[in-house]
Amino acid sequence: MSVFIPLGVLDDAVIRKIAEISGENAGRCMQCGTCSAVCPMVESMQPSVRQLMLLLQHGQSGAALEASTAWTCAACHTCLVRCPRGIDIPRVMEAIRQMVLRENLDRINPRGIPAETLAAVPPIALVAAFRKLTA
Amino acid sequence: MKISYYPGCTLKSKARNFEDSALASLAALGFEVTELERWNCCGALFSLTTDDLLHQLAPVRVLIRAQQAGAGKVTTLCSQCYNTLARANRLMREDEEKRNTLNQFMTEEPDYHGQVEVVHFLQLLRDEIGWERIRAALKRPLTGLKVAPFYGCMLLRPKEVGIDSPVKPSILMDFIAALGATPTDFAAAEECCGAYQVLAAPEAGLKRTRRVVEAARASGVDALVLSCPLCEYNIGKQQQELAAPGGALPVFYFSQLLAVALGAAEESCRFDLNAAGARELLEERGLIAAAARK
Ligand code: SF4
Ligand code: SF4
Ligand code: SF4
Ligand code: SF4
Repeated sequence: MSVFIPLGVLDDAVIRKIAEISGENAGRCMQCGTCSAVCPMVESMQPSVRQLMLLLQHGQSGAALEASTAWTCAACHTCLVRCPRGIDIPRVMEAIRQMVLRENLDRINPRGIPAETLAAVPPIALVAAFRKLTA
Repeated sequence: MKISYYPGCTLKSKARNFEDSALASLAALGFEVTELERWNCCGALFSLTTDDLLHQLAPVRVLIRAQQAGAGKVTTLCSQCYNTLARANRLMREDEEKRNTLNQFMTEEPDYHGQVEVVHFLQLLRDEIGWERIRAALKRPLTGLKVAPFYGCMLLRPKEVGIDSPVKPSILMDFIAALGATPTDFAAAEECCGAYQVLAAPEAGLKRTRRVVEAARASGVDALVLSCPLCEYNIGKQQQELAAPGGALPVFYFSQLLAVALGAAEESCRFDLNAAGARELLEERGLIAAAARK
């Protein structure tokens, strides 16, 4: 995908909001791309982790919240271990999810899970998914 | 020092094979842990928000239960429980403001300051029991079995709670070697299994399953060992969705191979709860009796 970079003064409202929720400053990202290179879920994300950080730095909160990136993140913490800027990217992802979930908008519907799946998965899968993807 | 054992919900249901084999192994090694009399689900994942403490209550309550039981340490088998409890414990130790808020909220509980230490079961094996003692207690060394570790995420990351190096761990390799098996590294040992995305983004999850299984096959391993019921589901059971040629790659909880090597009663391994191929592999290698099969 192509990333839209607006001219003029960067809007840092979304960066501040993320810092408020998660304590992390996404503005420190230097766009090296290490996170995207190591992310195990990146091929299923649109845009990539690095691109998401860029959207945030440019105040593109709407695009960042709608992007599949934070919703495909598995909170595996691989990017955290590798980011040369020491950014806790999993916390940034959590903050993005929370900005949506706190509007009472669930991203997984428990009733939509097929009965066979419910019977097969370990409780840990349900608890974890509801923790991350429901309000 | 008394060590409490926190099972977590999955170990009491879908992962009985994990719990039973681990407890049977400890009995064989003559090492004692005491299950907490009361416990609640830890919440499975540590909350990554800093402006909301609600999700810290569950893991902190578990830690308080261990403190009330007079334990110096609390141990877990599930990697996610370990990670969640260990991170909540660090929060209670290091963040005075949040600690006070949480203690004040839970007036029905005694104050907690992080006195109990959270250790994963593998740390008990390595640090309290030791590989040598395990080696000396082997009844059926797993000679010739090529086993690869699948660490997944929660044992290693973030590094403040990792039980080993987040980028170059060796604890499971050392464990496999202690059982007399052949430890075999592979390219995806520290990668994620896809975690809870198996429910929300199943196609993305299956790509993880495929990647891990193919990397393990490329290294010519006989089996994987792991430490998390969600990893076991995603890497073990989900293989049936792949229809991969060459049959299933067997996946075990590390404690199952430990129990076999220590000669613990086979019922404790509950191989009936494993994904396809696990029990068959051990029978084929003569490590468990084929006759016991129903
Ligand atoms: S690894 Fe860190 S600095 Fe590099 S692009 Fe990702 S977030 Fe930015
Ligand atoms: S925590 Fe999320 S963004 Fe980071 S590497 Fe894992 S899946 Fe990717
Ligand atoms: S992490 Fe899982 S197994 Fe552990 S208590 Fe919580 S949901 Fe249950
Ligand atoms: S590999 Fe998956 S379930 Fe296992 S610890 Fe990682 S995210 Fe969790």
